[in-house]
Amino acid sequence: MFYGVDLTSRLMLGTAQYPSPHVLQQAIAASGAEVITVSLRREGADGAAFREILAASGARVLPNTAGCHSAVEAVTTAQMARELFGTNWIKLEVIGHADTLQPDPFALVEAARSLCADGFQVFPYTTEDLIVGEYLLEAGCEVLMPWGAPIGTGHGLRNPEGLRAMRAHFPDVPLVIDAGIGAPSQAAQAMEMGFDAVLLNTAVARAGDPVAMARAFGAAVQAGREAHDAGLLPPRDMAHASTPILGLAELA
Amino acid sequence: MRIDLNGAPVDTAAATLADLIAERDLPEHSVATALDGQFIPRTARAQARLAPGARVEILSPMQGG
Repeated sequence: MFYGVDLTSRLMLGTAQYPSPHVLQQAIAASGAEVITVSLRREGADGAAFREILAASGARVLPNTAGCHSAVEAVTTAQMARELFGTNWIKLEVIGHADTLQPDPFALVEAARSLCADGFQVFPYTTEDLIVGEYLLEAGCEVLMPWGAPIGTGHGLRNPEGLRAMRAHFPDVPLVIDAGIGAPSQAAQAMEMGFDAVLLNTAVARAGDPVAMARAFGAAVQAGREAHDAGLLPPRDMAHASTPILGLAELA
Repeated sequence: MRIDLNGAPVDTAAATLADLIAERDLPEHSVATALDGQFIPRTARAQARLAPGARVEILSPMQGG
């Protein structure tokens, strides 16, 4: 449940870097994603085609503040996005460093506080830091989006223990793994760990066949969620025979 | 009057942000605007006066991650 919205699919898909608008449209459909992320930019060559895809996809739009390096920039971008896309949802990114694309937690909390007070429903791109998470909740966020790994790296869940601790620390807060996912197995892992959704872009957009990869991610996210709900076997150190010993023949 | 539009110098006769959008034949309902770093809502564009050197951003929906 994300700000009162129940989603069937737990995959959120980015719309950037696809080889063509047509492939993007097919990939959204194949993934089953009901939420797609978008941005605001100075008008480019393919703006009109993109607006048509947005309208045709039927997906809920989650605008981002990608590229913002200060709270002020992010707040202004969010205000522009709210008017343009007609939604209070905002994926809040405040980048701390251009090379690592690591969030700036201080500016993030500042921007989140301002936006929540202004009626936005904020999806903050954050790290697995528990205290930053608490500050974001106190600021008014009802969802947290910890990174799996730095944006675009495809490293998956780089700090699984930290993420597991975060899941345990915020049992009732919707948590979305955002960024760094490179393979469907990594998305499934996040879902098995009990995260509520996965948001990814590059791994699909830059795949050899983005449409097939979108389908694979959709299936992996669903499998991971079902596995989590079904109750996973806790790992154990000693072997344990799965075939019953009782009734074993004596042949030696 | 010379202003800065989306990072490029532009000569304009527009007195307001609304005039500028009309002058450049932009779709007023599918852009968002900022003047000197401040968001200007659609309904306030006609009151947003441009001064020489004004920094105007006119943004559109684009792909994003």
